[in-house]
Amino acid sequence: MAQSGWSHYEHQADVGIRAFGPTLEETLVQAALGLTAVITEPEAVVPQDPVPIEVSAPDPEFLLVEWLDALVYEMATRSMLFGAFEVSLTEEGLAATAWGEPVDRARHQPAVEVKGATLTDLRVARTEAGTWTAQCVVDV
Amino acid sequence: MDIDRLHKVDDFQWVLEPERAMRVPGVLYADEALLEGMDDRVLEQVANVAALPGIVKASYAMPDAHWGYGFPIGGVAAFDPDAGGVVSAGGVGFDISCGVRTLRTGVTEEDIRPHQKALADMLFHRIPAGLGSHGKIHLSPGQMDDMLAGGARWAVQEGYGEPEDLERIEEYGCMPGADPGQVSARAKERQKDEMGTLGSGNHYLEVQKVAAVYDPDTASAFGLREGDVVMTIHCGSRGLGHQIGTETLKSMARSAPGHGIELPDRELACAPLRSPEGQAYLGAMRAGINCALANREIITHLARQGFQDIFPEATLELLYDVSHNTCKEEEHRLDGETRRLFVHRKGATRAFGPGNPNLPRPLRPVGQPVLIGGTMGTASYILVGEEGNETRSFGSSCHGAGRRMSRNQAKKQWRGDQVVRELAHRGILIRSPSMRGVAEEAPGAYKAVEEVVEAAESAGLSRRVARVEPLVTIKG
Repeated sequence: MAQSGWSHYEHQADVGIRAFGPTLEETLVQAALGLTAVITEPEAVVPQDPVPIEVSAPDPEFLLVEWLDALVYEMATRSMLFGAFEVSLTEEGLAATAWGEPVDRARHQPAVEVKGATLTDLRVARTEAGTWTAQCVVDV
Repeated sequence: MDIDRLHKVDDFQWVLEPERAMRVPGVLYADEALLEGMDDRVLEQVANVAALPGIVKASYAMPDAHWGYGFPIGGVAAFDPDAGGVVSAGGVGFDISCGVRTLRTGVTEEDIRPHQKALADMLFHRIPAGLGSHGKIHLSPGQMDDMLAGGARWAVQEGYGEPEDLERIEEYGCMPGADPGQVSARAKERQKDEMGTLGSGNHYLEVQKVAAVYDPDTASAFGLREGDVVMTIHCGSRGLGHQIGTETLKSMARSAPGHGIELPDRELACAPLRSPEGQAYLGAMRAGINCALANREIITHLARQGFQDIFPEATLELLYDVSHNTCKEEEHRLDGETRRLFVHRKGATRAFGPGNPNLPRPLRPVGQPVLIGGTMGTASYILVGEEGNETRSFGSSCHGAGRRMSRNQAKKQWRGDQVVRELAHRGILIRSPSMRGVAEEAPGAYKAVEEVVEAAESAGLSRRVARVEPLVTIKG
């Protein structure tokens, strides 16, 4: 089984994102890829321009929500899509770089805008084996 | 849903008696088949809402209710500020004042058919739609605040729209009490290039024909005849509303315990109406309503221009504009007295009956038009608020059918270009920047809107006036 990854799960109106990884950092990277995949195929996004992102949160669950919301905000205000991520945890939350490119509607065929991350089904946990899982429903 | 937990009042009204922390009963308006198709979590959410402080009378679910976040989508609940009532960001939703408006065009299906393709191309060219599209209007900080305070009235003053439109919009096009100062810089930043854009997902602009009339007198009062062509716009408050929603949901979820509110679900994030936080959200949320009203007014202006490029004689008069994600302060009769309540409608349409003083004079004798969106391959409905509906659901009705299938499943089942081709064979022209988006919005991914509309009628919430079918659909 892969060490890290993401998947989407069924939600009536919106989309559930599930991610896992050996560390919380890698799990947050996978959740970000899952977010991009709601909109377009992540591998279709050329990771050419870096955007720095910092967020703070009181616990890992709110950290996931703040991270996804920050990405939604950067995508919306810069008209960009992101295809690669680097995340480091900080004392207050995380410091990250998202790499992407301007939206190309013909090539990316963006299906839907993400409005924001919700607190529905929100769970971030460390497994007995020491790896991490995270999940969250995003509103589209 | 486990209907054994419900007490059946009649075929279309079911009650969940108060249990555990519930302060009032839950009331679900739907037939048995619709209830059985609903997720159990809808009932859980109806019960959770019923447990919030200051709720009055009941926690309602409309016939199209489905699993939302915090409140069910299709949920209606009113709160009394004098009884510790709350305002909930989860009870409004992220797309503040998402809504629908329908315009009469003054042309008929016969007029449209020879020019249908030109009309589809022109509207698609004129209306920015989909992710990555920007409007031509760029707001300075001062203009942003004026827009947030003025709503559609601001748009008309700026030359985007007609003064006659305002009477046909809830709150006469301008939500009072908006406080642009409570809207964050990030929310404004997200909006500054998005005015007059349609957005994506289930948002659309449609040219439709009136395919059937069920209530000729009301249809005549609405100016609708079979064969007429109308235009319908479904969209909301764009990035600004989404940002207000996401920010407030998180902050209210963290602060609720400090107000002594125990949340059974974090998504019920709320604050007392009479708290600085509650007031701040009301000010921002009302500014979000104005943003949606201004946005629909600008899109209408662009669509009028596009329509008149092809049909110079077309008039495009607004029938009505409804919002379905709001919290509004309204007067309602309760236990023999008039009380000012804060009515949350999340994925629910206001549907005032005849005689309601909030309706504009021409509509007062007939009731409020209720606009129910269907899919690009089926039909939408125009209903009217039923007499006495204010006592049944604080004057509310359903807003659409909801999805039958997730986006993922739909994407696997259909290809966008096939959907477009099949609909073209049936005389429906689709224009969209994203074929994946079309596949995810395929008509088969949605439930049948007819059942929902029939249940709303049988429950006495709103009555069918006309069915409209798409000729041209612009999807985001």
